[in-house]
Amino acid sequence: MIEQIVFYFFGGVLLLSASMVVIMRNPIHSALLLVLSFFASAAIWLLLQAEFLAITLVLVYVGAVMVLFLFVVMMLDINLVTVREGFTRFLPVGITVAVLMVAAMGLVVSSDYFMSDTYMVIKSIGPDYSNTKELGLILYTQYLYQFEIAGAILLVAIIAAISLSMSKSKVNKSISSEEQVIVKKTDRLRVIEMKAESNIQSKKI
Amino acid sequence: MLEIVYQFISQNVLLPITTILLPVDYQAQALTVLQTVIKIFSILVPVLITVAYFTYAERKVIGFIQGRIGPNRVGFFGFSLWGLGQPIADAVKLLVKEIIVPTGSNRSLFIMAPILSLAPSLAAWAVIPFDDTKVLANINAGLLYVLALTSLAVYGVIIAGWASNSKYAFLGAMRSAAQIVAYEIAMGFALVGVLVAAGSLNLGDIVNSQVGSVFHWFWIPLFPLFIIYFISGLAETNRAPFDVAEGESEIVAGFHVEYGGMAFSVFFMAEYANMILISVLSAIMFCGGWLSPFQGVPIFEELFNWVPPMFWLLAKTSFFMFLFLWFRATFPRYRYDQIMRLGWKVFIPITIVWLVVVSALVVTNTSPWFN
Repeated sequence: MIEQIVFYFFGGVLLLSASMVVIMRNPIHSALLLVLSFFASAAIWLLLQAEFLAITLVLVYVGAVMVLFLFVVMMLDINLVTVREGFTRFLPVGITVAVLMVAAMGLVVSSDYFMSDTYMVIKSIGPDYSNTKELGLILYTQYLYQFEIAGAILLVAIIAAISLSMSKSKVNKSISSEEQVIVKKTDRLRVIEMKAESNIQSKKI
Repeated sequence: MLEIVYQFISQNVLLPITTILLPVDYQAQALTVLQTVIKIFSILVPVLITVAYFTYAERKVIGFIQGRIGPNRVGFFGFSLWGLGQPIADAVKLLVKEIIVPTGSNRSLFIMAPILSLAPSLAAWAVIPFDDTKVLANINAGLLYVLALTSLAVYGVIIAGWASNSKYAFLGAMRSAAQIVAYEIAMGFALVGVLVAAGSLNLGDIVNSQVGSVFHWFWIPLFPLFIIYFISGLAETNRAPFDVAEGESEIVAGFHVEYGGMAFSVFFMAEYANMILISVLSAIMFCGGWLSPFQGVPIFEELFNWVPPMFWLLAKTSFFMFLFLWFRATFPRYRYDQIMRLGWKVFIPITIVWLVVVSALVVTNTSPWFN
């Protein structure tokens, strides 16, 4: 019974926050509500005993991706008037896209692929069962090639992102930290010995 | 002794309450919930007292390092007692101060930000094992849980910076966001090293796989990861020398410049709670947690047998907490581009290389760690 209460609570929070992401005018509020909906879906995954996926969702999406999202969104100078300007003009297109998406999702969820018409009771597995271990085993045996290909694609994406963000301008005046760190006192400072001028004391002040 | 008190409370207080108030069907569940609440309190109250006295310790330690005395006036009942009453006086002062919400700020987010920064650092204590048996939630994915929760602390800082509607606060929030994302990756890789070495994500199992002696603890095979974890912890908690998010000489107080009274002190508590958390995690993952340092030493092992295991965990944690204060008194603040360089170009490559080394050690069953 407690499971059902928890499920309906987090399901409600998920639906509410996900729709508020779209409705809210302020993009910061939208981003924060998206964080909340990630949390709620992680909680639902926890109910399915998928603790690895649930915590990884929080770790990756909430802990890293959304931080960068917020980082960018906060920098934007948003004028709410111009944002609302095109509302009536884009309304027909928006409604068409929304109807199409709802239809597609309805097709997928109700079809045989999802087996959503056959309600399955979650098998209660002992506390020694490690979701992480099972996932690791299946990823590195049965789905090894797919996993490695996904890794290779991500590596290509990383390299592409780095090469795009590298500045190619010749007048770059950025300083090299390596040179600054390895610099020694002797590189910058020269102690010179020189004779004291002899006739200082003889001068009359 | 704690167990006796706990048993007494659950037998003589909780059991009667549930039997009198509730129908028979719900009694067992309600009892479990109440017992869990008692356990949570028995962890959080000592943590919060430690937070209060950690601020006192910081002022004393830095005072002594700089040749001063530190707070020594406020005591109890007319005795100064080396200033032991100072944290309580500070707390009372901050409680009675007004919380000013700046005009043009986002009121709800402004109030929520300190709570968001304190909550994850307290929630992470749920999986910390104090002993072979004393742990609130002995979950399989404990390490992941801790990593996920420590990565959430940045939200309080970012939201505070944005909601304050102040340039300085916003600059602090931006600095903190970029810094924490950078160091979280190195921290995550260090934890992957621990995971590979222990073969488990459960914090209790991680400690149990270090049984043997001081030389069986993971600080030797994972030495670079140990150092990187602790330094990343310094950066994640925005402590000196990585405290550019506050940077009082540059941006006044950074993200919490607009906060006063209790709202400010919740940020303060979050910072210290995070430091304690990083310390206890370093002790658990790299220094054998509750294991005695005299394990395997012929005479001393019997000599120190009477010491409860929790004492060793607390002693190790205190050492790491002292390191936080020592670093603050010793090092000048890093320049921002050098912070970024250290995180991305030094720590992440080292951790990746060391992951390969650890994997090789594990695969070849190198004794004495991975038999």
